[in-house]
Amino acid sequence: MAAALFFYLFSAIAVASAVMVISARNPVHSVLFLILCFFNAAGLFVLLGAEFLAMILVVVYVGAVAVLFLFVVMMLDVDFVELRQGLLNYLPIGGVIGLIVLVELALAVGGWVISPASLKSRVAPLPEGVTNTEALGRVLYTDFIFYFQAAGFVLLVAMVGAIVLTLRHKEGVKRQNISVQVARSPATAIEVVKVKPGQGI
Amino acid sequence: MIEALLTLLFFAVVSFGFMAGLLLIVAYLLWADRKIWAAVQMRRGPNVVGPWGLFQSFADLIKFALKEVVIPDGANKGVFVIAPLVTATLALAAWAVVPVSEGSFFGLAEGKWVISDINVGILYLFALSSLGVYGVIMGGWASNSKYPFLSALRSAAQMVSYEVSIGFVIVTVLLCAGSLNLTEIVRSQHTGLGTMLGLPGSFLDWYFIPLFPMFIIFFVSALAETNRPPFDLVEAESELVAGFMVEYSSTPYLLFMLGEYVAITLMCAMTVILFLGGWLPPLDLPPLNWVPGFIWFFLKVALVFFMFALVKAFVPRYRYDQLMRLGWKVFLPISIFYVVLTAAVLVGFGWAP
Repeated sequence: MAAALFFYLFSAIAVASAVMVISARNPVHSVLFLILCFFNAAGLFVLLGAEFLAMILVVVYVGAVAVLFLFVVMMLDVDFVELRQGLLNYLPIGGVIGLIVLVELALAVGGWVISPASLKSRVAPLPEGVTNTEALGRVLYTDFIFYFQAAGFVLLVAMVGAIVLTLRHKEGVKRQNISVQVARSPATAIEVVKVKPGQGI
Repeated sequence: MIEALLTLLFFAVVSFGFMAGLLLIVAYLLWADRKIWAAVQMRRGPNVVGPWGLFQSFADLIKFALKEVVIPDGANKGVFVIAPLVTATLALAAWAVVPVSEGSFFGLAEGKWVISDINVGILYLFALSSLGVYGVIMGGWASNSKYPFLSALRSAAQMVSYEVSIGFVIVTVLLCAGSLNLTEIVRSQHTGLGTMLGLPGSFLDWYFIPLFPMFIIFFVSALAETNRPPFDLVEAESELVAGFMVEYSSTPYLLFMLGEYVAITLMCAMTVILFLGGWLPPLDLPPLNWVPGFIWFFLKVALVFFMFALVKAFVPRYRYDQLMRLGWKVFLPISIFYVVLTAAVLVGFGWAP
């Protein structure tokens, strides 16, 4: 009973905040509602017994991705009233996409309901007697190691590309070179000069 | 139905008791912080309220709570009020998984020394400590003022950078312990270097010896993650007045302060659990192992907090580019290298759990 209560609590807040993401007037509020939505999705994962996924969702999406979102949105200076005028133009295509997702979900879940045997044909069935962190690790680092590494490389290449595109070396900027500073010795740092009285250097 | 309600009530009472104890300890750690800082600078520190100024924190609490709450006219009111609540709530919520000791709570059948002994405890702590940045960003943005905003941007960049190295440090410890559960991590420090040499369980078994560079990196990153000096660029008073807290007064300010100190205590507790053997006594021999585990835990947290306080008093503030260099160019490569090295050693010698 408690599980059902929490399920309805999390899912109601998740849906409500998802609606607020697209209807909030202030974009920063939108991002904050998005974060609330992620949080409740993590709660739903915990109810499903997928605590590892829940924590990773919070660490990666809420802790890192959403922070960068918030950064960009806070720094942007866009006229949002103007941006909002296109809302009606995009409504049909948005509606169609939503409908497609809904139909797909209905097909998948409907398939499980009609024939429970189809649950067994999943690639990685739920293991028993191990924590789900361990179970995920076993699948990810053995059967699917190639896909895992390939995804990693794609991300690495994307990161290198982004850095190459934006990195500019400006000439004439004074930079601190810490290893040079640390390597200085009294011999190279100071010069002892004998000054004759009344003459200066 | 009744039983479920009773369990709920039990957990509520236990959590409330734990929180009250925690807040009392934090009040005295705050006092100790100021006393240590004063002692380094040859001052007396708080010494007026109560004997040796022992009630100073409570006097401050009453003062903050009774002052007027000022909300600036241009502020984004909802976010402005929520921000300190977010900071304080997240900091307190993280303590739910911290195991203070092992076994049952003074012989009670239901009670444990940890409120929730979840499988992914360390990930939970990592997730909640990475959320601490939201209080700062929301507070800085909602104030609608230049200095708080600059401070919020700085803080976000700083916390995100140092989380990366904290993550890798946690991975090395997990490789050695073989579990994400905090109780298991402490238990795995029962045996180690010392017991391999045939000694009884002692401080030589704890992870701070084989993982010494990671211990140092974790300590420094914890300072940066909680915006403690020398990494307190968020509230660098010479550049940003008081950072994201400029516009805050009274109870909201108190909540920020409280959240910050609870987060610092949490980082001390994490250092103790990951590297200093949690509740284990420094020598597993009488009379040291007669002392209950929670006392050892408290003493170790106090020791780490003492180091935090000393660093605050001794070290000058970092410049922003030096801070970023330290995080990305020094800590990150070293910690990645150590993850690889630890994995290689564990597999090579067949020590992997």
